[in-house]
Amino acid sequence: MKNSVLQYENVFIADTATHVGKNELEGPLKDYFDMYDEDIYFGQKTFEKAESELVRRSLNLLFKKTGKKPEDISLLLGGDLLNQCVATSFGVAGTQIPFLGLYGACSTIIEASIVACSFINGGFVDNAAVVSSSHFCTAERQYRFPLEYGSQKTPTSQNTVTGCGTYLLQNTPTPYRICEAVIGKVVDNGIKDANNMGAAMATAAVDTLLRYFNESNARAENFDIIATGDLGKEGHELSVELLKRCGLDLGDKYTDCGMLIYDLNKQDMHSGASGCACIATVFGGYIFKRMQKKEINNALIIGTGALLNRNSSLQNESIPSVAHLIHVVRD
Amino acid sequence: MHMNKKEYIEYAGNRAKKSNSVVNCIKAFIFGGFICCLGQGFRDLYVFLGEEELVASTLSSVTLIFLAGLFTGIGWFDKIAKHAGAGTLVPITGFSNAVTAPAIDAKSEGFITGVASQMFVIAGPVIVYGTVASIIYGIIYFFIYRSGGI
Repeated sequence: MKNSVLQYENVFIADTATHVGKNELEGPLKDYFDMYDEDIYFGQKTFEKAESELVRRSLNLLFKKTGKKPEDISLLLGGDLLNQCVATSFGVAGTQIPFLGLYGACSTIIEASIVACSFINGGFVDNAAVVSSSHFCTAERQYRFPLEYGSQKTPTSQNTVTGCGTYLLQNTPTPYRICEAVIGKVVDNGIKDANNMGAAMATAAVDTLLRYFNESNARAENFDIIATGDLGKEGHELSVELLKRCGLDLGDKYTDCGMLIYDLNKQDMHSGASGCACIATVFGGYIFKRMQKKEINNALIIGTGALLNRNSSLQNESIPSVAHLIHVVRD
Repeated sequence: MHMNKKEYIEYAGNRAKKSNSVVNCIKAFIFGGFICCLGQGFRDLYVFLGEEELVASTLSSVTLIFLAGLFTGIGWFDKIAKHAGAGTLVPITGFSNAVTAPAIDAKSEGFITGVASQMFVIAGPVIVYGTVASIIYGIIYFFIYRSGGI
Protein backbone atom coordinates (compact mmCIF):
# COMPACT_ATOMS: atom_id res chain seq x y z
CA MET A 1 0.00 0.00 0.00
CA LYS A 2 1.17 3.47 -0.82
CA ASN A 3 2.51 5.39 2.15
CA SER A 4 0.18 8.24 3.03
CA VAL A 5 2.68 10.16 5.18
CA LEU A 6 4.12 13.11 3.26
CA GLN A 7 7.66 14.13 4.20
CA TYR A 8 8.93 17.71 4.06
CA GLU A 9 12.55 18.78 4.37
CA ASN A 10 12.60 22.54 4.25
CA VAL A 11 9.34 24.00 5.49
CA PHE A 12 9.53 26.23 8.53
CA ILE A 13 7.04 28.35 10.46
CA ALA A 14 8.28 31.95 10.56
CA ASP A 15 5.61 33.15 12.97
CA THR A 16 1.89 33.10 13.72
CA ALA A 17 -0.73 35.73 14.51
CA THR A 18 -4.02 35.12 16.32
CA HIS A 19 -7.03 37.29 17.06
CA VAL A 20 -9.96 36.23 19.26
CA GLY A 21 -13.23 37.54 20.67
CA LYS A 22 -14.72 37.92 24.14
CA ASN A 23 -15.61 34.30 25.02
CA GLU A 24 -12.16 33.08 24.03
CA LEU A 25 -10.62 35.81 26.14
CA GLU A 26 -12.58 34.56 29.14
CA GLY A 27 -11.15 31.07 28.62
CA PRO A 28 -7.97 29.57 30.08
CA LEU A 29 -5.78 30.32 27.02
CA LYS A 30 -6.32 34.10 27.05
CA ASP A 31 -2.64 34.95 27.57
CA TYR A 32 -1.58 33.02 24.47
CA PHE A 33 -3.52 35.05 21.90
CA ASP A 34 -1.99 38.10 20.23
CA MET A 35 -5.06 40.29 19.86
CA TYR A 36 -8.59 40.43 21.16
CA ASP A 37 -11.62 42.64 20.85
CA GLU A 38 -14.70 42.45 23.04
CA ASP A 39 -16.83 44.14 20.37
CA ILE A 40 -18.61 41.30 18.59
CA TYR A 41 -18.89 43.52 15.49
CA PHE A 42 -15.15 44.43 15.51
CA GLY A 43 -16.17 47.96 14.55
CA GLN A 44 -18.13 46.82 11.46
CA LYS A 45 -21.80 47.02 10.51
CA THR A 46 -22.56 43.32 10.00
CA PHE A 47 -21.25 40.08 11.50
CA GLU A 48 -20.02 38.96 8.07
CA LYS A 49 -18.00 42.16 7.72
CA ALA A 50 -16.75 41.60 11.27
CA GLU A 51 -15.32 38.21 10.31
CA SER A 52 -13.51 39.73 7.32
CA GLU A 53 -12.15 42.41 9.65
CA LEU A 54 -10.75 39.61 11.85
CA VAL A 55 -8.93 38.23 8.79
CA ARG A 56 -7.58 41.69 7.88
CA ARG A 57 -6.37 42.44 11.40
CA SER A 58 -4.72 39.02 11.79
CA LEU A 59 -2.90 39.27 8.47
CA ASN A 60 -1.69 42.80 9.24
CA LEU A 61 -0.38 41.56 12.57
CA LEU A 62 1.38 38.64 10.84
CA PHE A 63 3.05 41.05 8.42
CA LYS A 64 4.13 43.22 11.35
CA LYS A 65 5.46 40.30 13.41
CA THR A 66 7.43 38.82 10.53
CA GLY A 67 8.61 42.18 9.17
CA LYS A 68 7.14 41.34 5.75
CA LYS A 69 5.10 43.42 3.37
CA PRO A 70 2.29 41.76 1.41
CA GLU A 71 4.41 41.95 -1.76
CA ASP A 72 7.11 39.84 -0.03
CA ILE A 73 4.69 36.93 0.28
CA SER A 74 4.39 34.61 -2.72
CA LEU A 75 1.18 32.82 -1.93
CA LEU A 76 -1.79 33.11 0.40
CA LEU A 77 -4.06 30.15 1.17
CA GLY A 78 -7.13 30.01 3.34
CA GLY A 79 -10.83 29.71 3.84
CA ASP A 80 -13.69 29.89 6.32
CA LEU A 81 -17.20 28.58 6.91
CA LEU A 82 -19.28 31.30 5.25
CA ASN A 83 -20.97 30.43 1.96
CA GLN A 84 -18.27 30.23 -0.72
CA CYS A 85 -15.60 31.39 1.78
CA VAL A 86 -16.51 35.09 1.47
CA ALA A 87 -15.09 36.09 4.86
CA THR A 88 -11.60 35.21 3.65
CA SER A 89 -12.12 36.63 0.14
CA PHE A 90 -13.09 40.06 1.49
CA GLY A 91 -10.46 39.89 4.21
CA VAL A 92 -7.55 39.19 1.86
CA ALA A 93 -8.68 41.40 -1.02
CA GLY A 94 -6.54 44.33 0.14
CA THR A 95 -3.31 42.32 0.25
CA GLN A 96 -3.02 41.59 -3.49
CA ILE A 97 -1.13 38.34 -2.73
CA PRO A 98 -1.84 35.44 -5.17
CA PHE A 99 -4.60 33.52 -3.38
CA LEU A 100 -5.90 29.97 -3.26
CA GLY A 101 -9.25 29.60 -1.49
CA LEU A 102 -9.69 26.27 0.28
CA TYR A 103 -12.53 24.60 2.12
CA GLY A 104 -12.06 21.87 4.68
CA ALA A 105 -14.57 23.25 7.19
CA CYS A 106 -12.84 23.51 10.57
CA SER A 107 -9.73 21.70 9.26
CA THR A 108 -9.09 24.45 6.69
CA ILE A 109 -5.96 25.94 8.29
CA ILE A 110 -4.28 22.51 8.37
CA GLU A 111 -5.40 21.75 4.82
CA ALA A 112 -3.98 25.13 3.78
CA SER A 113 -0.74 24.42 5.66
CA ILE A 114 -0.31 21.06 3.89
CA VAL A 115 -0.85 22.66 0.47
CA ALA A 116 1.54 25.49 1.39
CA CYS A 117 4.17 22.98 2.59
CA SER A 118 3.95 21.14 -0.72
CA PHE A 119 4.40 24.39 -2.69
CA ILE A 120 7.40 25.38 -0.57
CA ASN A 121 9.03 21.96 -0.40
CA GLY A 122 8.50 21.52 -4.13
CA GLY A 123 10.42 24.71 -4.73
CA PHE A 124 7.57 26.61 -6.36
CA VAL A 125 7.46 29.42 -3.80
CA ASP A 126 9.78 30.66 -1.04
CA ASN A 127 7.03 31.42 1.41
CA ALA A 128 3.28 31.20 1.85
CA ALA A 129 0.81 32.55 4.39
CA VAL A 130 -2.17 30.50 5.55
CA VAL A 131 -5.29 31.96 7.17
CA SER A 132 -8.61 30.73 8.51
CA SER A 133 -11.38 32.38 10.50
CA SER A 134 -14.76 31.76 12.08
CA HIS A 135 -17.26 33.93 13.92
CA PHE A 136 -19.90 32.66 16.34
CA CYS A 137 -22.62 34.94 14.96
CA THR A 138 -22.04 34.24 11.26
CA ALA A 139 -21.90 30.49 11.90
CA GLU A 140 -25.08 30.54 14.00
CA ARG A 141 -26.88 32.50 11.29
CA GLN A 142 -25.75 30.15 8.56
CA TYR A 143 -26.02 26.75 10.21
CA ARG A 144 -28.46 27.13 13.11
CA PHE A 145 -31.04 29.66 14.29
CA PRO A 146 -31.19 33.46 14.35
CA LEU A 147 -29.04 34.75 17.17
CA GLU A 148 -31.81 36.00 19.44
CA TYR A 149 -34.04 32.96 18.92
CA GLY A 150 -34.75 31.30 22.25
CA SER A 151 -33.61 27.71 21.87
CA GLN A 152 -31.95 25.18 24.11
CA LYS A 153 -28.73 23.41 23.14
CA THR A 154 -27.96 19.76 23.77
CA PRO A 155 -24.99 18.68 25.93
CA THR A 156 -23.13 17.40 22.82
CA SER A 157 -23.42 20.71 20.93
CA GLN A 158 -20.39 22.95 20.46
CA ASN A 159 -19.76 26.69 20.36
CA THR A 160 -18.16 28.30 17.30
CA VAL A 161 -14.96 30.16 18.14
CA THR A 162 -14.84 33.83 17.16
CA GLY A 163 -11.32 34.38 15.92
CA CYS A 164 -8.73 34.09 13.21
CA GLY A 165 -5.35 32.42 12.99
CA THR A 166 -2.70 33.01 10.36
CA TYR A 167 0.79 31.55 9.94
CA LEU A 168 3.71 32.36 7.66
CA LEU A 169 5.49 29.28 6.29
CA GLN A 170 8.84 29.62 4.48
CA ASN A 171 11.91 27.77 3.26
CA THR A 172 14.29 29.94 5.31
CA PRO A 173 15.14 27.95 8.45
CA THR A 174 13.59 28.79 11.82
CA PRO A 175 13.48 26.45 14.84
CA TYR A 176 9.94 25.36 13.96
CA ARG A 177 9.77 22.82 11.16
CA ILE A 178 6.78 21.07 9.61
CA CYS A 179 8.27 17.69 8.81
CA GLU A 180 5.34 15.42 8.02
CA ALA A 181 1.72 15.55 6.96
CA VAL A 182 -1.15 13.17 6.31
CA ILE A 183 -4.01 14.22 4.04
CA GLY A 184 -7.32 13.03 5.44
CA LYS A 185 -9.89 10.88 3.70
CA VAL A 186 -13.56 11.81 3.79
CA VAL A 187 -15.15 9.47 6.31
CA ASP A 188 -18.92 9.13 6.51
CA ASN A 189 -19.92 7.20 9.61
CA GLY A 190 -23.65 7.84 9.26
CA ILE A 191 -24.05 10.38 12.09
CA LYS A 192 -26.74 12.92 11.14
CA ASP A 193 -27.02 14.97 14.32
CA ALA A 194 -25.55 18.43 13.63
CA ASN A 195 -25.55 18.91 17.40
CA ASN A 196 -23.12 16.03 17.78
CA MET A 197 -20.41 16.93 15.29
CA GLY A 198 -17.80 15.46 17.62
CA ALA A 199 -19.23 11.99 16.98
CA ALA A 200 -19.32 12.68 13.24
CA MET A 201 -15.67 13.79 13.10
CA ALA A 202 -14.21 11.31 15.61
CA THR A 203 -13.88 8.47 13.07
CA ALA A 204 -12.13 10.73 10.55
CA ALA A 205 -9.58 11.73 13.21
CA VAL A 206 -9.13 8.08 14.19
CA ASP A 207 -8.59 7.07 10.54
CA THR A 208 -5.90 9.73 10.02
CA LEU A 209 -4.15 8.97 13.33
CA LEU A 210 -4.14 5.23 12.65
CA ARG A 211 -2.70 5.75 9.17
CA TYR A 212 0.01 8.02 10.59
CA PHE A 213 1.09 5.71 13.41
CA ASN A 214 0.85 2.56 11.27
CA GLU A 215 2.82 3.97 8.37
CA SER A 216 5.49 5.99 10.18
CA ASN A 217 7.95 4.97 12.84
CA ALA A 218 6.49 7.48 15.25
CA ARG A 219 5.53 6.47 18.77
CA ALA A 220 2.89 8.32 20.76
CA GLU A 221 5.18 8.79 23.79
CA ASN A 222 7.65 10.83 21.70
CA PHE A 223 5.14 13.66 21.28
CA ASP A 224 4.66 16.46 23.79
CA ILE A 225 1.16 17.09 22.51
CA ILE A 226 -1.20 15.35 20.08
CA ALA A 227 -4.10 17.72 19.50
CA THR A 228 -7.16 17.30 17.32
CA GLY A 229 -9.06 20.37 16.10
CA ASP A 230 -12.60 20.54 17.39
CA LEU A 231 -13.91 17.14 18.38
CA GLY A 232 -15.03 18.67 21.68
CA LYS A 233 -15.30 16.63 24.86
CA GLU A 234 -17.80 14.21 23.33
CA GLY A 235 -15.82 13.55 20.15
CA HIS A 236 -12.52 13.40 22.01
CA GLU A 237 -13.74 10.74 24.41
CA LEU A 238 -15.24 8.79 21.50
CA SER A 239 -11.96 8.94 19.58
CA VAL A 240 -10.01 7.72 22.63
CA GLU A 241 -12.36 4.73 22.92
CA LEU A 242 -12.18 3.98 19.18
CA LEU A 243 -8.36 4.25 19.11
CA LYS A 244 -8.09 1.88 22.07
CA ARG A 245 -10.30 -0.63 20.26
CA CYS A 246 -7.81 -0.46 17.42
CA GLY A 247 -4.91 -0.98 19.82
CA LEU A 248 -3.57 2.59 19.89
CA ASP A 249 -3.28 4.34 23.25
CA LEU A 250 -2.11 7.94 22.86
CA GLY A 251 -2.01 8.59 26.61
CA ASP A 252 -2.56 11.91 28.34
CA LYS A 253 -0.70 13.90 25.67
CA TYR A 254 -3.74 13.40 23.47
CA THR A 255 -6.11 16.33 23.70
CA ASP A 256 -8.45 18.49 21.62
CA CYS A 257 -8.27 22.23 20.90
CA GLY A 258 -12.05 22.41 21.35
CA MET A 259 -11.67 21.35 24.98
CA LEU A 260 -8.69 23.65 25.68
CA ILE A 261 -9.96 27.05 24.53
CA TYR A 262 -12.91 27.32 26.94
CA ASP A 263 -13.27 26.47 30.60
CA LEU A 264 -15.93 23.78 30.23
CA ASN A 265 -16.80 23.94 33.93
CA LYS A 266 -17.31 27.70 34.13
CA GLN A 267 -18.26 28.76 30.61
CA ASP A 268 -21.56 27.44 29.24
CA MET A 269 -20.03 25.79 26.19
CA HIS A 270 -21.55 22.29 26.39
CA SER A 271 -19.14 19.89 24.63
CA GLY A 272 -16.57 22.61 23.84
CA ALA A 273 -15.50 24.68 20.88
CA SER A 274 -15.75 24.28 17.12
CA GLY A 275 -15.11 26.41 14.05
CA CYS A 276 -12.18 27.07 11.74
CA ALA A 277 -10.66 29.47 14.28
CA CYS A 278 -10.57 26.79 16.98
CA ILE A 279 -7.47 24.92 15.83
CA ALA A 280 -6.20 28.00 13.96
CA THR A 281 -5.94 30.06 17.17
CA VAL A 282 -5.09 27.23 19.58
CA PHE A 283 -2.20 25.98 17.44
CA GLY A 284 -1.08 29.48 16.39
CA GLY A 285 -1.50 30.86 19.91
CA TYR A 286 -1.23 28.26 22.64
CA ILE A 287 0.80 25.44 21.05
CA PHE A 288 3.16 27.58 18.94
CA LYS A 289 3.92 29.95 21.82
CA ARG A 290 4.66 26.99 24.08
CA MET A 291 7.04 25.76 21.37
CA GLN A 292 8.72 29.18 21.45
CA LYS A 293 9.11 28.82 25.21
CA LYS A 294 10.62 25.35 24.62
CA GLU A 295 7.80 23.72 26.58
CA ILE A 296 6.71 21.75 23.51
CA ASN A 297 9.24 20.32 21.07
CA ASN A 298 7.23 17.76 19.17
CA ALA A 299 3.60 18.32 18.24
CA LEU A 300 1.08 16.42 16.19
CA ILE A 301 -1.77 18.63 15.01
CA ILE A 302 -4.89 17.15 13.45
CA GLY A 303 -7.40 19.55 11.89
CA THR A 304 -10.91 18.08 11.88
CA GLY A 305 -13.75 19.24 9.67
CA ALA A 306 -17.46 18.38 9.51
CA LEU A 307 -18.41 18.82 5.86
CA LEU A 308 -22.10 19.58 6.21
CA ASN A 309 -24.23 22.44 5.01
CA ARG A 310 -27.69 23.64 5.88
CA ASN A 311 -29.41 21.87 3.01
CA SER A 312 -27.69 18.55 3.63
CA SER A 313 -28.87 18.73 7.26
CA LEU A 314 -32.44 19.59 6.21
CA GLN A 315 -32.39 16.72 3.72
CA ASN A 316 -31.48 14.41 6.60
CA GLU A 317 -28.09 13.53 5.15
CA SER A 318 -25.22 12.30 7.30
CA ILE A 319 -22.16 14.44 8.06
CA PRO A 320 -19.07 13.48 6.02
CA SER A 321 -15.92 14.43 7.89
CA VAL A 322 -12.23 14.84 7.23
CA ALA A 323 -9.06 15.11 9.35
CA HIS A 324 -5.69 16.40 8.12
CA LEU A 325 -2.52 15.97 10.13
CA ILE A 326 0.74 17.92 10.38
CA HIS A 327 3.78 17.08 12.48
CA VAL A 328 5.66 20.12 13.81
CA VAL A 329 9.05 19.84 15.51
CA ARG A 330 11.25 22.32 17.28
CA ASP A 331 14.79 21.65 16.10
CA MET B 1 -13.02 -0.02 13.55
CA HIS B 2 -15.00 -3.25 13.53
CA MET B 3 -18.28 -1.33 13.44
CA ASN B 4 -20.64 -0.64 10.60
CA LYS B 5 -22.55 2.65 10.27
CA LYS B 6 -25.61 1.38 12.11
CA GLU B 7 -23.57 0.07 15.02
CA TYR B 8 -21.56 3.31 15.22
CA ILE B 9 -24.68 5.51 15.22
CA GLU B 10 -26.11 3.38 18.02
CA TYR B 11 -22.82 3.39 19.93
CA ALA B 12 -22.34 7.17 19.64
CA GLY B 13 -26.02 7.79 20.39
CA ASN B 14 -25.95 5.68 23.54
CA ARG B 15 -22.89 7.35 25.02
CA ALA B 16 -23.97 10.92 24.20
CA LYS B 17 -25.12 12.77 27.28
CA LYS B 18 -28.81 13.62 27.01
CA SER B 19 -30.51 16.81 28.12
CA ASN B 20 -32.01 16.44 31.59
CA SER B 21 -35.72 16.16 30.75
CA VAL B 22 -36.93 16.22 34.37
CA VAL B 23 -35.09 19.46 35.21
CA ASN B 24 -36.11 20.96 31.84
CA CYS B 25 -39.79 20.06 32.47
CA ILE B 26 -39.76 21.57 35.96
CA LYS B 27 -38.10 24.77 34.71
CA ALA B 28 -40.53 24.96 31.76
CA PHE B 29 -43.48 24.48 34.13
CA ILE B 30 -42.33 27.27 36.45
CA PHE B 31 -41.40 29.77 33.70
CA GLY B 32 -44.47 28.90 31.59
CA GLY B 33 -46.73 29.18 34.63
CA PHE B 34 -45.21 32.54 35.52
CA ILE B 35 -45.87 33.87 31.99
CA CYS B 36 -49.48 32.65 32.16
CA CYS B 37 -49.94 34.33 35.56
CA LEU B 38 -48.47 37.48 34.10
CA GLY B 39 -50.99 37.28 31.24
CA GLN B 40 -53.82 36.80 33.72
CA GLY B 41 -52.50 39.78 35.71
CA PHE B 42 -52.56 42.01 32.63
CA ARG B 43 -56.11 40.83 31.82
CA ASP B 44 -57.31 41.64 35.34
CA LEU B 45 -55.55 45.00 35.14
CA TYR B 46 -57.29 45.89 31.87
CA VAL B 47 -60.69 44.80 33.29
CA PHE B 48 -59.96 46.92 36.37
CA LEU B 49 -59.19 49.85 34.07
CA GLY B 50 -62.63 49.46 32.58
CA GLU B 51 -62.16 47.31 29.45
CA GLU B 52 -64.65 44.63 28.45
CA GLU B 53 -63.46 41.07 29.19
CA LEU B 54 -62.96 40.12 25.52
CA VAL B 55 -61.00 43.29 24.83
CA ALA B 56 -59.00 42.80 28.05
CA SER B 57 -58.01 39.27 26.92
CA THR B 58 -56.87 40.54 23.54
CA LEU B 59 -54.92 43.38 25.13
CA SER B 60 -53.29 40.89 27.49
CA SER B 61 -52.04 38.82 24.50
CA VAL B 62 -50.86 41.97 22.74
CA THR B 63 -48.90 43.02 25.85
CA LEU B 64 -47.16 39.63 26.11
CA ILE B 65 -46.33 39.68 22.38
CA PHE B 66 -44.89 43.19 22.75
CA LEU B 67 -42.83 42.30 25.82
CA ALA B 68 -41.42 39.14 24.18
CA GLY B 69 -40.51 41.18 21.10
CA LEU B 70 -38.89 43.87 23.24
CA PHE B 71 -36.93 41.32 25.28
CA THR B 72 -35.77 39.67 22.04
CA GLY B 73 -34.58 43.02 20.74
CA ILE B 74 -32.58 43.89 23.82
CA GLY B 75 -31.06 40.41 23.98
CA TRP B 76 -32.77 39.07 27.12
CA PHE B 77 -35.15 36.55 25.59
CA ASP B 78 -32.60 33.95 24.45
CA LYS B 79 -30.89 34.13 27.85
CA ILE B 80 -34.19 33.41 29.62
CA ALA B 81 -35.27 30.79 27.05
CA LYS B 82 -31.98 28.91 27.50
CA HIS B 83 -33.31 27.92 30.92
CA ALA B 84 -37.06 28.20 30.39
CA GLY B 85 -37.20 26.06 27.21
CA ALA B 86 -40.79 25.15 26.44
CA GLY B 87 -41.84 27.55 29.23
CA THR B 88 -41.17 30.50 26.95
CA LEU B 89 -41.70 28.63 23.67
CA VAL B 90 -45.24 27.34 24.15
CA PRO B 91 -47.03 30.53 25.32
CA ILE B 92 -47.59 33.35 22.82
CA THR B 93 -44.14 34.71 23.82
CA GLY B 94 -42.39 31.94 21.84
CA PHE B 95 -44.26 32.91 18.70
CA SER B 96 -43.34 36.55 19.15
CA ASN B 97 -39.67 35.62 19.58
CA ALA B 98 -39.77 33.30 16.55
CA VAL B 99 -40.86 36.25 14.39
CA THR B 100 -38.74 39.00 15.98
CA ALA B 101 -35.44 37.10 16.16
CA PRO B 102 -35.06 36.34 12.43
CA ALA B 103 -36.34 39.83 11.58
CA ILE B 104 -33.56 41.43 13.64
CA ASP B 105 -31.02 38.98 12.22
CA ALA B 106 -31.93 39.64 8.60
CA LYS B 107 -31.64 43.43 8.84
CA SER B 108 -28.21 43.25 7.22
CA GLU B 109 -29.80 41.79 4.07
CA GLY B 110 -32.19 44.74 3.66
CA PHE B 111 -35.83 45.39 4.55
CA ILE B 112 -37.38 43.51 1.60
CA THR B 113 -35.01 40.63 0.84
CA GLY B 114 -33.95 40.42 4.49
CA VAL B 115 -36.39 41.41 7.22
CA ALA B 116 -39.67 40.82 5.38
CA SER B 117 -38.69 37.57 3.70
CA GLN B 118 -36.85 36.03 6.64
CA MET B 119 -39.33 37.09 9.33
CA PHE B 120 -41.48 33.97 8.98
CA VAL B 121 -38.69 31.47 8.46
CA ILE B 122 -39.36 29.83 11.85
CA ALA B 123 -42.98 30.85 12.50
CA GLY B 124 -44.07 30.14 8.90
CA PRO B 125 -44.70 26.41 9.37
CA VAL B 126 -46.72 27.14 12.53
CA ILE B 127 -48.89 29.64 10.64
CA VAL B 128 -49.38 27.33 7.63
CA TYR B 129 -50.12 24.15 9.54
CA GLY B 130 -52.04 26.02 12.24
CA THR B 131 -54.32 27.45 9.56
CA VAL B 132 -54.69 24.05 7.87
CA ALA B 133 -55.54 22.44 11.21
CA SER B 134 -58.16 25.13 11.95
CA ILE B 135 -59.78 24.58 8.53
CA ILE B 136 -59.97 20.82 9.14
CA TYR B 137 -61.35 21.47 12.62
CA GLY B 138 -63.91 23.88 11.14
CA ILE B 139 -65.10 21.33 8.59
CA ILE B 140 -65.47 18.62 11.23
CA TYR B 141 -67.29 21.07 13.47
CA PHE B 142 -69.61 22.05 10.60
CA PHE B 143 -70.62 18.48 9.76
CA ILE B 144 -71.04 17.26 13.32
CA TYR B 145 -72.86 20.20 14.88
CA ARG B 146 -74.34 22.42 12.18
CA SER B 147 -75.56 19.92 9.58
CA GLY B 148 -77.34 17.97 12.29
CA GLY B 149 -79.24 21.13 13.16
CA ILE B 150 -77.95 21.18 16.74
